Amino acid sequence: MSPENTKELLESETSGGLKTELTLGLPGDSQVQKSGIKRGFTDVVHLNDAIAESQPHSKAQVVGWPPVRTYRKNLMKNGKYVKVAVDGAPYLRKVNLEIYSSYQDLLTAMGDMFTCLTICNVLNERKLMDSANGEEYVPTYEDKDGDWMLVGDVPWKMFVESCKRLRLMKSSEAIGLGSAAPSTPSKGSSISC
Amino acid sequence: MRSFQSMLNYFPEEVLEHVFDFLTSHRDRNAVSLVCKSWYTVERFSREKVFIGNCYAISPERLISRFPRVRSLTLKGKPHFADFNLVPHDWGGYVQPWIESMAKGGVNLEELRLKRMLVSDESLELLANFFPNFKSLVLVSCEGFTTDGLAAIASNCRFLRELDLQEIEVEDRRGQWLSCFPDSCTSLVSLNFACLKGEVNLASLERLVARCRNLRSLRVNHAVPIDALQRILMQAPQLVDLGTGSFGQDPDSDSYNKLETAMQQCTSITSLSGFLEVVTARCLPAVYPICRHLTSLNLSYAAGIYSDELVKLIRHCNKLERLLVLDTIGDKGLGVVASTCKELQELRVFPSDIHGGNAAVTEEGLVAISAGCPKLNSILYFCQQMTNAALIMVAKNCPNFIRFRLATLNPTIPDAVTMQPLDEGFGAIVKSCKGLKRLSVSGLLTDQLFLYIGIYAEQLEMLSIAFAGDSDKGMFYVLNGCKKLKKLEIRDSPFGDVALLEDMGKYETMRSLWMSSCEVTLGACKTLAQKMPRLNVEIINDSDQMEASDDDKQRVEKMYLYRTLVGPRKDAPDFVWTL
Repeated sequence: MSPENTKELLESETSGGLKTELTLGLPGDSQVQKSGIKRGFTDVVHLNDAIAESQPHSKAQVVGWPPVRTYRKNLMKNGKYVKVAVDGAPYLRKVNLEIYSSYQDLLTAMGDMFTCLTICNVLNERKLMDSANGEEYVPTYEDKDGDWMLVGDVPWKMFVESCKRLRLMKSSEAIGLGSAAPSTPSKGSSISC
Repeated sequence: MRSFQSMLNYFPEEVLEHVFDFLTSHRDRNAVSLVCKSWYTVERFSREKVFIGNCYAISPERLISRFPRVRSLTLKGKPHFADFNLVPHDWGGYVQPWIESMAKGGVNLEELRLKRMLVSDESLELLANFFPNFKSLVLVSCEGFTTDGLAAIASNCRFLRELDLQEIEVEDRRGQWLSCFPDSCTSLVSLNFACLKGEVNLASLERLVARCRNLRSLRVNHAVPIDALQRILMQAPQLVDLGTGSFGQDPDSDSYNKLETAMQQCTSITSLSGFLEVVTARCLPAVYPICRHLTSLNLSYAAGIYSDELVKLIRHCNKLERLLVLDTIGDKGLGVVASTCKELQELRVFPSDIHGGNAAVTEEGLVAISAGCPKLNSILYFCQQMTNAALIMVAKNCPNFIRFRLATLNPTIPDAVTMQPLDEGFGAIVKSCKGLKRLSVSGLLTDQLFLYIGIYAEQLEMLSIAFAGDSDKGMFYVLNGCKKLKKLEIRDSPFGDVALLEDMGKYETMRSLWMSSCEVTLGACKTLAQKMPRLNVEIINDSDQMEASDDDKQRVEKMYLYRTLVGPRKDAPDFVWTL
């Protein structure tokens, strides 16, 4: 479109509107109402909020956005991302718990993510070790109730459901951390090393 | 002196036909057929490949009557936004009438390529039984069939060369369809069943691969474990394209080492995909032996591989021309791609988390790629945020874009730094990329961007707009300016009747227009339908939002219009009204 046409369009705008412009006003009404109402994203989000309310953790979603094919979306549906922090490291990573099927898988992934760490299974305790400084890290997690627990004591699926975030805690600090013993998951029970 | 035209008239038809043989593009052939009657006649009898971008634009009978020697047919059905759940499943796009007509018409069909069409088992059985020379079936984003239909194809197509299924949900009937390929079938060149959810008989697969010595492309599904994959590769070192299936395994097992050895034999593999269930990156080194030959790599289903490991793999792939990844690669990872993959032409970065919580790519990654990869011409980029400055830089670095698609996870997000609309950034893209054919925009955008598009995007054929613009002027700028526009799809934007009706003749020069959640009213759609008999104007009323009452002022939720030579379609379901 040439710039001249644009000018023409703009000029006719100022001289009283395009001839074909439809209005919502009554006949004889001189006020020309703008027919375009910007449909903001927030408007659509409010419409969807009612639906979203039933799903406590979901953000309001617009149908068909982001524009990802159904096939791919179905593969992504299983996504529970939790933050993983490592004591002493200045960055956080995120991991999708739903793609793993066991604690071993998860530990392997954490070993991959924080490549300085290797898994060492000492006396059936699952730990990660930094070979550079000899530090031992114990995987812990914050559960639904806000308590910090040792990773590994509850059935895997239960863990995935209740885990809010992960922290690789230095062994030395992990003393006194709760473990999901059958009676009371309270802080203060000791860990045997 | 005789005119050139009359000299050409003296050419015997065989000569013309021979010349036309060199024309492979359907656009060239279409142009040639318009020159004169004799060229039209020669061309139509010699055309073997037909492309139909909208299956409702023409009827199968007219296709066969004009091109009786057609051997290869490409058909597209549902509108593009059907990919994102905006179109009900049974809207239409049935392949059955096409196959029936071709069977009746004695067409010697060898190849059928379908996109977004409804395909039934009955259709597949018909295909398998009525076309003895059938060689190639490619289905993309289709639905409606089960593994029984695949079994019919496998059993009956004696010369089958290609069976390619992409992104399809196929109902699994546990019938061992793969075992239906008879022992006499040795003609397969390409087999892609990566998207199938069900099990396959591994022994049958291995035997099939062993006897098809011309097999070049094999993409298996998640049900094929590493040890089977390794045995298959030993039988098929000539493979050029491999889809690895799940690739999930215990990396310390013997299979992993054997796989690496098998990979070393496969010196021809240039395209790699799969990795459907990778949970640890430790198995990735098994593919390192083939990385340096790879020109195409698809890691976009590998949710379990994180940035560091992705990068380690990509560092080996310096010949890559095409890369598909998840946004877990991060901006830093894209930086590595930029410095390693100097031949890169196409990049797609998909979101790993629908809710955007895990999004790890921003404008920085895009700028890095544009700076490092001068041959880049096609991009699909899902990102957390974008800036005008970044887009302007990208436009400067890469003036060769043919396809540019950007999707911000929040569709109306402004420039992350200036909080301004992203008009200037996208404007720079259309201004700089003179060959741009396809564009998808997102973020906070005003009519100004559409003015830029109308002025500068001279080669634009397809435009996707969502949550953008301020008024009818925006749509008008595009329709008025983009002379080569073929497909326009708009959702959730304030364009209404004035823009729709401004230039009704324009729609006959386009394939289709989609407008959903805009400001268009029923009355305007009726006016358009009445004035333009060669358009089908369809209203999709799938959520019963509209009443059949004659309230012309009610807003239309979904409208899809397309040019057609055959009038309203007869297979429209109840919720589709053709005005």
